[in-house]
Amino acid sequence: MAGGGSYDTFPKLLLRNSAQFGTRPAFRHKDLGIWQSWTWTQVAEIIRAYAAGLHRLGLREGDTVAIVGSNRPKLYWTMMAAQVLRAIPVPVYSDAVADELAFVLAHADAKLVAAQDQEQVDKVLSVSDRLPQLNKIVYDEPRGLDGYDRSRLIAIGDIIADGRTALAAEPTLGKRIDESIRAGNGSDIAVILYTSGTTGAPKGVMLSARNCIDAAIDTTRFDRLTDKDVVLAYLPLAWAGDHYVSYVQGLVAGYCMACPESSDTIEQDRHEIGPTFYLAPPRIFEAMLTRLMVRMEDAALIKRRLFSYFLDVAQRYGEQVLTGRPVPLSGRLIYALGRWLVYEPLKNVLGLSQVRVAYTGGEAIGPDLFAFYRSIGLNLKQLYGQTEAFLYVTCQPDGEIYSDTVGPPAPNVDIRIAESGEVQFRSPGMFLGYFKDQAKTAEAMTSDGYVRTGDAGFFDEKTGHLKVIDRAKDVGRLADGTMFAPKYLENKLKFYPNIKEAITFGDSREFVCAMLNIDPVAVANWAERNNVAYGSYHELAGHPLVYDMVAKDVAAVNRSLAAEKQLAGAQIRRFLILHKELDADDGELTRTQKVRRRFVAERYAPLVTALYNGAHDADISTEVTFEDGRKGKIAARVKVRDMQVIAPAESLGRAA
Amino acid sequence: MRAPDTNEILLEVEGVALAFGGVKALRDVSFNVRKGEIRAIIGPNGAGKTSMLNVVNGFYHPNHGAITFKGRTRAKMQPFEAARGGIARTFQNVALFKGMSALDNIMTGRTLKVRRGLLWQVLRYGPALAEEVEHRRKVEEIIDFLEIETIRKVPVGRLPYGLQKRVELGRALAMEPDLLLLDEPMAGMNLEEKEDMSRFIIDVNNHYGTTITLIEHDMAVVMDLSDRVAVLDHGVKIADGTPAEVKMSQAVIDAYLGVAH
Repeated sequence: MAGGGSYDTFPKLLLRNSAQFGTRPAFRHKDLGIWQSWTWTQVAEIIRAYAAGLHRLGLREGDTVAIVGSNRPKLYWTMMAAQVLRAIPVPVYSDAVADELAFVLAHADAKLVAAQDQEQVDKVLSVSDRLPQLNKIVYDEPRGLDGYDRSRLIAIGDIIADGRTALAAEPTLGKRIDESIRAGNGSDIAVILYTSGTTGAPKGVMLSARNCIDAAIDTTRFDRLTDKDVVLAYLPLAWAGDHYVSYVQGLVAGYCMACPESSDTIEQDRHEIGPTFYLAPPRIFEAMLTRLMVRMEDAALIKRRLFSYFLDVAQRYGEQVLTGRPVPLSGRLIYALGRWLVYEPLKNVLGLSQVRVAYTGGEAIGPDLFAFYRSIGLNLKQLYGQTEAFLYVTCQPDGEIYSDTVGPPAPNVDIRIAESGEVQFRSPGMFLGYFKDQAKTAEAMTSDGYVRTGDAGFFDEKTGHLKVIDRAKDVGRLADGTMFAPKYLENKLKFYPNIKEAITFGDSREFVCAMLNIDPVAVANWAERNNVAYGSYHELAGHPLVYDMVAKDVAAVNRSLAAEKQLAGAQIRRFLILHKELDADDGELTRTQKVRRRFVAERYAPLVTALYNGAHDADISTEVTFEDGRKGKIAARVKVRDMQVIAPAESLGRAA
Repeated sequence: MRAPDTNEILLEVEGVALAFGGVKALRDVSFNVRKGEIRAIIGPNGAGKTSMLNVVNGFYHPNHGAITFKGRTRAKMQPFEAARGGIARTFQNVALFKGMSALDNIMTGRTLKVRRGLLWQVLRYGPALAEEVEHRRKVEEIIDFLEIETIRKVPVGRLPYGLQKRVELGRALAMEPDLLLLDEPMAGMNLEEKEDMSRFIIDVNNHYGTTITLIEHDMAVVMDLSDRVAVLDHGVKIADGTPAEVKMSQAVIDAYLGVAH
């Protein structure tokens, strides 16, 4: 196992970076329209002052500090400063509603909350009567907070300034900070990351500094990341993906974390920064492709022709060119032309021109979606990971990319398949346990120290790569014994730009049915071009022409299923389009935007019944939660559409 | 928290009358605006609200009466003098440069603050450059304040109405006015846009301490926002006071709901 040497905590790494890459940028943040930067030396000085200030506010070793907000340097600095004092940062999903927030803050015993702005401060204050241990709230954006109770609220900028003055005045304080850094060791809990909770309440995953750093050393070597790299820190702070890619790898490799201006400007900011390493869950790649396709629809005829012609070329040769396999000379030439005319401009628009390594993870990615990005020359790879592993369990090495596997074990990760088919692993970044939950920790581990993933999978014989089929408990069989892997079907459906979300049913049923969410961007654009008038999402979703269009997509999925022997029986016989978008505020999605299948099935039980009893429409009334936490009801009549089943093709299955 | 309400009078309108031929738009209207307050002028359609604003910032010259702004009384004032004096305004129908970006539109609000002459500006060198950087910083602060970062470079003509209104407010703020006149800032907006706009108006008042006079016919909005409300009907002031007082006034109820004859 690669050792972190004497740099076994993040504060020590910070000092190392300040000494080694002192003048290189550590953070960038677009503020007032300009990218502001801080070098490692500047950051080290700020963190020292910030830690001193927090110490004066009473933050001590072992205390927990919750961090609520989007990706801002000052919030990342809060994590660093807390770690300097050997306190434990706990990032929390900033879009959590007040109740969810209260649960995590109470469970984590947060003494101090660092909030981004008034919105987050308000949320914390609204539940503060349930948080007796909460002492101070510190904030980044002062706007709108003028009239608030000063005894509990302090601006982060003021704490840093106060710390700086105090450090200059009392040398003992500086000594105490230095001692705290020296005393820190690898077995300290570096961070607690709360899982988004696909099932049940969030659990606090405790990670040690040594484990985080060891894991990140392995992966930075694996992808040859250096201080010359740049990432855009745009994913939720509380997600293991962001913490790993932005914070931990950033400190280990010494590269620059660029924070976007606001969550609405990410596209533009990505374009301006040009990250070299990029991690995104499949839905973001999906959304990018959808927007791209929508814009192409509006483009001039010649551009559309060029685009579709060269996309075909890319499909034929792109993958081979990227992995360096032999390609005929004519193919090479035409691909080169395509690169100049289409692929590079396309990547530039998406802000991906500089990307050397891109990963997708968190969920399975549709094979066609994956192939699209690779064919235009983006080195997109899959990783399979978990918060409990501190991200990487497997990842695909350059040159060995298959869309249907997630790659061989990541460096120093030990994977085995249990008899039940469950994937189990041991990894350098492995968690220490769930915070204050011995029972759950014991459930998640085997007696010999492997972590249970809860996913079903196997090693592909040809490549030796891991194939993850689905959540072990989600894979089922139809009444006639055909295998039913819901995720697999859903990903096929979701590849169509019109379909944003899909939930399939079929376990122990006669046939497969689907509930769909249309993509408002794509379908609204289509409606505009086809003079389809509508007043609301609900009306658009129920429009007969929209049903016709979506039915074509479902038919296409059925055709592709017909070509696969084991799954031909799992074609979608009936589907409906939901009258509202699935939403995390209603508990239908997790905060990482994954569908909570069982919850949805229960909530829309009348619709599921209608899918299976042959009815042509069904009434549904559901409670919805608005962004400010108020609740309301929406009722609708949802139509059900029948589909033709396509006879299995004469075993013309794609070669794997 | 509001900027401290002093009793210092910023604007005093005394006995103003305005007629267009035989039409009497305003008849002997008097009211004042205190420093740091949000002052509303409301009234049914055709009550003379916009005429009143136009008189204050010099578009119209009253036939009678006097206007005292920051202690200086004038019968006649040109719009540019009003602007120099620190009065900024927005319009009922958005009046922006449609082909220019949001950023450039707000930059035009800085015109009066530009100190260097044309030659320097053309050269974009030395002090002129430093000055432009300073203006741009100020404008970026406003963009941040109004949360319109995403549309910074978008031509204004392509923006939805609610955002255009926000850009217009941004341009008025760029003048760093002492008195900000808003002509129906919520007209034609949906509920969500109205709530956003109300929040920005309160924020402007709190954060910059700007005195605001606004015209609106949406009563609910006005009552929540304003410190004091003056009510006009057919060119006559029929009530003046706090929102609670105005709401109780019989004259106002009659004007809005009509009187049975």
